Amino acid sequence: MSVRVQAEDFDVAAELAAVREAGGGAGGIVTFTGIVRDMAGDRPISSMTLEHYPGMTVRELERIEAEAQDRWPLAASRVIHRYGKLFPGDNIVLVITASAHRQAAFEAAEFLVDWLKTRAPFWKQEATGSGPHWVEAKASDDDAAARWAASPPVARSA
Amino acid sequence: MKLLYFAWLREKVGMADEQVPLPAGVTTVAGLLDWLDGRGGGHAAALKDRSAVRVAVNQEYVGPDAAVADGDEVALFPPVTGG
Repeated sequence: MSVRVQAEDFDVAAELAAVREAGGGAGGIVTFTGIVRDMAGDRPISSMTLEHYPGMTVRELERIEAEAQDRWPLAASRVIHRYGKLFPGDNIVLVITASAHRQAAFEAAEFLVDWLKTRAPFWKQEATGSGPHWVEAKASDDDAAARWAASPPVARSA
Repeated sequence: MKLLYFAWLREKVGMADEQVPLPAGVTTVAGLLDWLDGRGGGHAAALKDRSAVRVAVNQEYVGPDAAVADGDEVALFPPVTGG
């Protein structure tokens, strides 16, 4: 089980191998990689800058990972999220889950992505031809996170 | 207390962080936001739409009724957009 927040890129194959090793006899491993898109709607993106809250980010990701471990029998898991300036095609986030059976691995991976999108303190700013703009949170992301129910994933507004 | 601002809240306030003494009479997050709003300028601009402001006290998400105390780290930011 591990969580990392870093500026540098990650090696998906190396991380997958590490989870496979840590997961012992896990029968299934799911890997999700989030990648910088080249378009924001109909506007081309030249770069994306991810700001985060250094003190809180790792703690929040650890909480989300612990929640996934409580809900599914995971043999191993890994969450890596990048920050800083990224370009279209760059890796942003990696989620890997290993479990004895595929259903737990698939569900836990989806849960981790849904929850980190609505809870981990990162903010995306896209640079386009019309200048930089902050990406707005999507209601569809809140809905995706809310379907996992239990403790409310979306922080209340103040 | 230490106040932190992120993303467009940081840009509107015009700084990433500041130290302020706990304002007299302020005991909750909502009270603190009212006090910040009352400072006018960038603070008021950042807090114009309160529904777009999320708050963490000592790195935990909280709602408007949560307590704040001197020495707390209070972060204000828009809804998160990672992943």
